[in-house]
Amino acid sequence: MDNLILKIDNISKSFPRVKANKNISFNIRRNTVHALLGENGAGKSTFVKILYGLLKPDEGKMIFNDNVLNVQSPSEARQRKIGMVFQHFSLFDSLTVRENLILGIDNDMSFSNLQKNVNEISKKYELPLDLDAPINTLSAGQKQRVEIVRILLQDPELLIMDEPTSVLTPQEVESLFKTLNTLLKEGRTILYITHKLEEVINLCDEVTILRDGSVIESSKLENETAESLATKMLGKKLSEIKTDYKHIKDKNNLKAENLSINFNDPFFTDLKQISFNVREGEIFGIAGVAGNGQSELMNLLTGEGIDGVSGSLVYNEVDIKNFNPKKRRDLSIAFVPENRLGHSAVPELTLSENILISQFPNNNFLSNGMINHRNIDLQAKKVIEQFNVVTPGTDAKASSLSGGNLQKFVIGREILTNPKLLIISHPTWGIDAGAEHAIRNSLIELAKNGTSIIVISQDLDELFEISHRISVIFNGKLSKSYETRNISVSEIGLLMGGQGID
Amino acid sequence: MNIDVLLGVIQIILIATTPLVFAAIGELVTEKTGVLNLGVEGMMLVGAVTAFVTLVITGSYVLAFIVSILSGALMSGLFAYLVLILMSNQVATGLALTIFGIGLSSMIGKQYIGTPIQGLNPYFFVILSFIIVFLVGYFFYKTKLGLIFRAVGESHNSSHALGYSVIKVRLMGILFGGCMCALAGSYMSICYAPMWQENMTAGRGWIALALVVFATWKPGRILIGAYIFGGVSIIQMNLQAWGVNLPGQFFNMAPYLATMIVLIIISSNRLRIKLSAPASLTIPFFKGR
Amino acid sequence: MINFIPELEARGNPSTTMNFLVPVIAVILTVITGSIIFALMGFDPMFALHTFFISPISNSYGISELLVKATPLALIAVGLAFCFKNNLYNIGAEGQLTMGAVVGGGIGILFYDTSGIWILPLMIIGGAIGGALWGLIPAILKVKFNTNEILTSLMLVYIALLILDYLVVGPWKDPQGYSFPKTRQFGDSGRMPLLFSGLRVHFGIIIALIGVFASWFIFSKTMLGYQLKVTGYSPIASRYAGFNQNNLVYIAFIFSGAFAGIAGLGEVSGPIGLLYRDISPNYGFTAIIVAFLGRLHPIGIIFASLVIALTYLGAEDAQLFMQIPAAVGFVFQGLVLFYLLGTELLVNFKIVFRKNI
Repeated sequence: MDNLILKIDNISKSFPRVKANKNISFNIRRNTVHALLGENGAGKSTFVKILYGLLKPDEGKMIFNDNVLNVQSPSEARQRKIGMVFQHFSLFDSLTVRENLILGIDNDMSFSNLQKNVNEISKKYELPLDLDAPINTLSAGQKQRVEIVRILLQDPELLIMDEPTSVLTPQEVESLFKTLNTLLKEGRTILYITHKLEEVINLCDEVTILRDGSVIESSKLENETAESLATKMLGKKLSEIKTDYKHIKDKNNLKAENLSINFNDPFFTDLKQISFNVREGEIFGIAGVAGNGQSELMNLLTGEGIDGVSGSLVYNEVDIKNFNPKKRRDLSIAFVPENRLGHSAVPELTLSENILISQFPNNNFLSNGMINHRNIDLQAKKVIEQFNVVTPGTDAKASSLSGGNLQKFVIGREILTNPKLLIISHPTWGIDAGAEHAIRNSLIELAKNGTSIIVISQDLDELFEISHRISVIFNGKLSKSYETRNISVSEIGLLMGGQGID
Repeated sequence: MNIDVLLGVIQIILIATTPLVFAAIGELVTEKTGVLNLGVEGMMLVGAVTAFVTLVITGSYVLAFIVSILSGALMSGLFAYLVLILMSNQVATGLALTIFGIGLSSMIGKQYIGTPIQGLNPYFFVILSFIIVFLVGYFFYKTKLGLIFRAVGESHNSSHALGYSVIKVRLMGILFGGCMCALAGSYMSICYAPMWQENMTAGRGWIALALVVFATWKPGRILIGAYIFGGVSIIQMNLQAWGVNLPGQFFNMAPYLATMIVLIIISSNRLRIKLSAPASLTIPFFKGR
Repeated sequence: MINFIPELEARGNPSTTMNFLVPVIAVILTVITGSIIFALMGFDPMFALHTFFISPISNSYGISELLVKATPLALIAVGLAFCFKNNLYNIGAEGQLTMGAVVGGGIGILFYDTSGIWILPLMIIGGAIGGALWGLIPAILKVKFNTNEILTSLMLVYIALLILDYLVVGPWKDPQGYSFPKTRQFGDSGRMPLLFSGLRVHFGIIIALIGVFASWFIFSKTMLGYQLKVTGYSPIASRYAGFNQNNLVYIAFIFSGAFAGIAGLGEVSGPIGLLYRDISPNYGFTAIIVAFLGRLHPIGIIFASLVIALTYLGAEDAQLFMQIPAAVGFVFQGLVLFYLLGTELLVNFKIVFRKNI
């Protein structure tokens, strides 16, 4: 039995529109904490699902404990002594802890044996559990404990932890690390999936970095620093575009102060005292890895998710934090959410019909409640021409457009209304290079004409190319802002990894 | 009112509400796995007529109930194929099942309307209904398979991620529901009425559906709900005799009004519904996601 | 060996051809199944199909009867589309129909010995109001109390039928009716004019066509229709657009109830001429099938209403000539809905039957 508990050889997996894993090869040494590092969309979750039997790879093979690993289901994986703690817990809310534990083990354990085993584990790893508590009364940290105890009951050799600290408080994180250390001392191996650089440095022995579906590097951690990890994780150097600051007026269009929302739901990231301001003509970028509060912040800014918000959001001297989307459009605020089909565009409707989704004052689309089809058609044509949307015509259904073209259409629709403020989330996610370029240019032009723009994105290249100032969101908090001409990609990368935001 | 009258009233309530208990407990099991089957009324009627006709033709009570339960299994099996494999809309498919069941039962029973039979003593079934409710409760809360049923209803995605077959579990739940509804119908045509008449269930299937909501999907409460309805019906029947002077139709409305009021009260507590209703109810399961 | 569990491959785009073909396929499959059922019962399938589908419409009287039945079906179905397109399951159209007949018919009874050209329009308005208010109840319960509209709208059906029953044997009973439970006849001004002498098809069909046109108009030309469509397709996009989803629930039920109410009024002031217990042979429920079969589209609904109306007539003829109970109509209706629901996935998925390995 050699030193390598898991050997991965050329694993590839494709989905209809994307190749998620491209020839992934690396090795995990026995009795180490091995980090799998990468941004959202890098291919980590696809790979892990293959390992755990939830997906079949198109190519490649894996060798676990010197035997070929070919599991068809999670319970087979568990029988091979591989256990997984999911990021979005596989727990059943209205059932009790005991019931959740039983569901996760494959052999039939009598109730009294279960109690005994759980008590032993709880004591050994300091993971106290109340077996009768319903899951929905537990904190995120306690829920994770249930997940961990669940896999420990089956005595795994390899534990996969998927973004384990994303929902934990600092104290809970410490507690988790203690547990992991105990597990290590027993000879187990941990595969630790994360995007948090500090944890990788503090906790892990080796790291494999994924980017765009491929392995960039796999090595021991002794020679890495947080900066070097950040650079490798995030990609190529920034381009030499000089952002133009000349046209920015000193007038604030939007000022956010201490915006907070408490969701009381572990699947939502609470927003804590978010403050920022955006001036006329300025492009303000908010960087961050997905899952740190971006969608919650976006919904707050568009008016789609404002229940329980406190603080103030002042626009033209009016606090608009409680306004719904239509009222915000009436004030000439436009917004483009991350998801197109089903959110900013209705797939079953034509492009002309999708023009009507966002209506601004002084539009000529309606008269007396009746739709003026000719005018929305003309508008759709304008958008298509000016933004080079490739489509057979204005009567094509939105679902027939490629991702890039649909995004061009949606952004074009919003830009042509001449908004004073544009809020846009992940503008070029999943889009081909040509469309990317066109979209970024149109945003820059828009800003030159006096519009304020807020861009929320994970793509640092993009943010550095177009924004004047940039902030980082992490765990629901917003860092202070920096002018992009005065800060480097890797410094921002560190902030995105959690360093420096208290 | 002396003790004899009270006992008499309780007896009447028990006998009259037993079909509701069977149908409701069956539908509860189905819904617990996350499937809504609106075909209860149709399955009850088909169960009623097949039991009756089998009895008339063969003279065997045992055979009558067996055939009836099989018919329930067939009808619910059809429903299962449509909603689980072909992923059809659960609400519309359930409605189709009811309409089809009403028509089919009328066709089968047409020449037997008014045929006299020797009715069966209802007490066996009243007790059976208690036993079944108890067994369902035990199944859900004391066995691992029952736990899996509840888990599937709670989150089919998590259940699938843990390796359980969502389709198999739901199929079992649907078939059980179908058998119970057929049993409810056969009880009506052989013990309660006892006869066959078109549409003889008169909306009990829908009340059974409401009972499941009233019971917040907990088996024991089915009994409570059913007897409250039974009580309301008895009171309604007797109010006129006791001198309350309202036209008969308004009393007949009582069960339906009561159902609505109960639904409103239970549903308006959004948190309770969120916690008790099987979270994946009516959402179809796509394996490939 | 062919597997009974088909494998499904998602299509890139919903197939428009399939959208048209699916109801046709469903009808064809139903006819085939029907002939098998008839054969099993000992009838010659061709004779049975002829009796059921062809002979009812083989003369002008038959066609008129077809239209008489299709009229309320089309009108109710078109109203139901307002709800179904918005994912609101209005199962209570039968009750809304009944209350429309009660309110509108009540006006007719009130003015039974008056004449005037204003009476019928007033009755129609009454019918619309009766149905709309009855439909508003489940809508309010849903918005304010989160109550599932399926069960509430259904309970209201039974309550409405009991109200009708009470009125017909009680306060509105015909003084000259002896013991048969019915009300007086409406006056001549309260009757839907017949379109052709000797045939029962009446003005209600014009109203139904107006209703179909109105629904088409609202959905394709107005902002209201647009909001309903968007909310039905994607509630998240609807929120993004800033639409008031609660108001849309109310509006959908008001339209649905009003159309059903007018249909109910049309039935009592058209062929029947008074109120009695059985004003509708389950039209409110059958219209649900018509709505689905017509794919919620006005033109589709017109054709679907004719097909389903034919099943009613066919059932009557089957009863006369083949001694089969008229309930066989329901069997066909159930079948066509089953087939429709089963084949519906062809719109979004391709079926591949893989060989069992």
